Amino acid sequence: MPENLFKLNAKEYILPGTRACQGCGLSLGYRYALKALRENTIVTLPACCLCVLHGIYPSTPVMIPCLNNSFASTAASAAGIVAGLQALNKTDTTVMAVAGDGGTFDMGIQALSGAAERGTDFIYLCYDNEGYMNTGTQRSSATPMGAVTTTTPILTKQQHKKDFIKIMDAHDLPYLATVSPSYPIDLYEKFVKAKKIKGTRYIHMYVPCPPGWGFATKDTIKTGKLAVETGVVVLFEIENGKFRFTGRSKTLAERGNRLPVINYLEKQGRFRKMNIEQLNQQQAWVDGKWQEYIRRAEA
Amino acid sequence: MEERKDDNISAMGTVAIGEAGKTGDWRSLRPVIDRKKCIPTVKNKPACFLCWLYCPEGVVKAGIEVEIDLEYCKGCGICAEECPPRAISMIREDKSHE
Ligand SMILES: Cc1ncc(C[n+]2csc(CCOP(=O)(O)OP(=O)(O)O)c2C)c(N)n1
Ligand code: SF4
Ligand code: SF4
Ligand code: SF4
Ligand SMILES: [Mg+2]
Repeated sequence: MPENLFKLNAKEYILPGTRACQGCGLSLGYRYALKALRENTIVTLPACCLCVLHGIYPSTPVMIPCLNNSFASTAASAAGIVAGLQALNKTDTTVMAVAGDGGTFDMGIQALSGAAERGTDFIYLCYDNEGYMNTGTQRSSATPMGAVTTTTPILTKQQHKKDFIKIMDAHDLPYLATVSPSYPIDLYEKFVKAKKIKGTRYIHMYVPCPPGWGFATKDTIKTGKLAVETGVVVLFEIENGKFRFTGRSKTLAERGNRLPVINYLEKQGRFRKMNIEQLNQQQAWVDGKWQEYIRRAEA
Repeated sequence: MEERKDDNISAMGTVAIGEAGKTGDWRSLRPVIDRKKCIPTVKNKPACFLCWLYCPEGVVKAGIEVEIDLEYCKGCGICAEECPPRAISMIREDKSHE
């Protein structure tokens, strides 16, 4: 890994002293996304933890121009920016819409689906901390089954996570990728690639969230890695329909040595109420998704 | 915080360090590097830098002598956890000395 490190853009685009929590997976992932996209990028985002990180008017720690919009209009606002830039002949600017899982899976899906269907030339980044985190850990359709949230405090969440990536894949995008801040080089390379592609590019970033998931701030990297080791999170990219595992997930697919999901679940406070039946269901669900990906890679 | 002026017709923030204040104040544990164990210092050449790679705040300066900006380091402990030779220890901040 050290050799790869020197290939990374050394410049930082986020000044220190942000509002994000200690050990925030989003801060780390966003740090590398911006390094990869560099200057000449415009971000548009709704309310979410990233909006909090972007700061309170009239100050911001982020050196990339950013527009604040509403939940329902994230992708629509990106489409507007793209149209405006085209009118000004500034077609070399990268437009990136960013929203959380709540702002994507639940509230932003319509505008995103519309922009993707029209082939709007932008990157859509969904960072998935599996809940409405900045409002106090409410459940979203991205929250995994068995998790305690402030709106599922007794029985835990009863439904499985929505397979949003499949919904985006159904739009036949030129580029779709999953990333994790625990693997910054893989993340960086995918953003570099996405920047060069025209049309709608969708990137899904899993972001371990210490307060929302109930683990120590020092364990953010380890938690993200365990998600991949157990197959709860799968690193891949789909380029014009061609599926390819990447990084650690590629090795796991070749060797077939995934860890059981309990290794990941048992280390997080949010799964403390999970019963054995839910655990088995979760394992079966992860196994099923994994088999789908294996078939996809072989096709 | 000093008051900042916005000359734009629509509300527009300007870039500033320490948007949330001196976040070093958030720390209860402080990262301390043992130079005798730190790989780039030992090898006297750029190497490792996993602390730089994984710091969510971007407050680690990669160099032969790795440096951490304690004014803004939030004390999460990721650098200490991920350091291969365990060159970083998280030491309790002694609030009585402030
Ligand atoms: C239309 C509307 N409804 C509700 C809110 C309140 N709100 C602000 S952020 C947020 C949670 C967003 O969750 P997510 O998109 O997952 O981002 P996260 O906070 O987890 O980063 C909610 C419900 C709002 N700002 N606007
Ligand atoms: S709640 Fe989670 S995602 Fe949001 S800033 Fe804190 S650690 Fe990051
Ligand atoms: S991770 Fe540890 S050994 Fe590597 S550069 Fe940082 S302090 Fe030195
Ligand atoms: S304790 Fe956290 S914020 Fe401070 S230098 Fe280490 S990784 Fe960065
Ligand atoms: Mg969220």
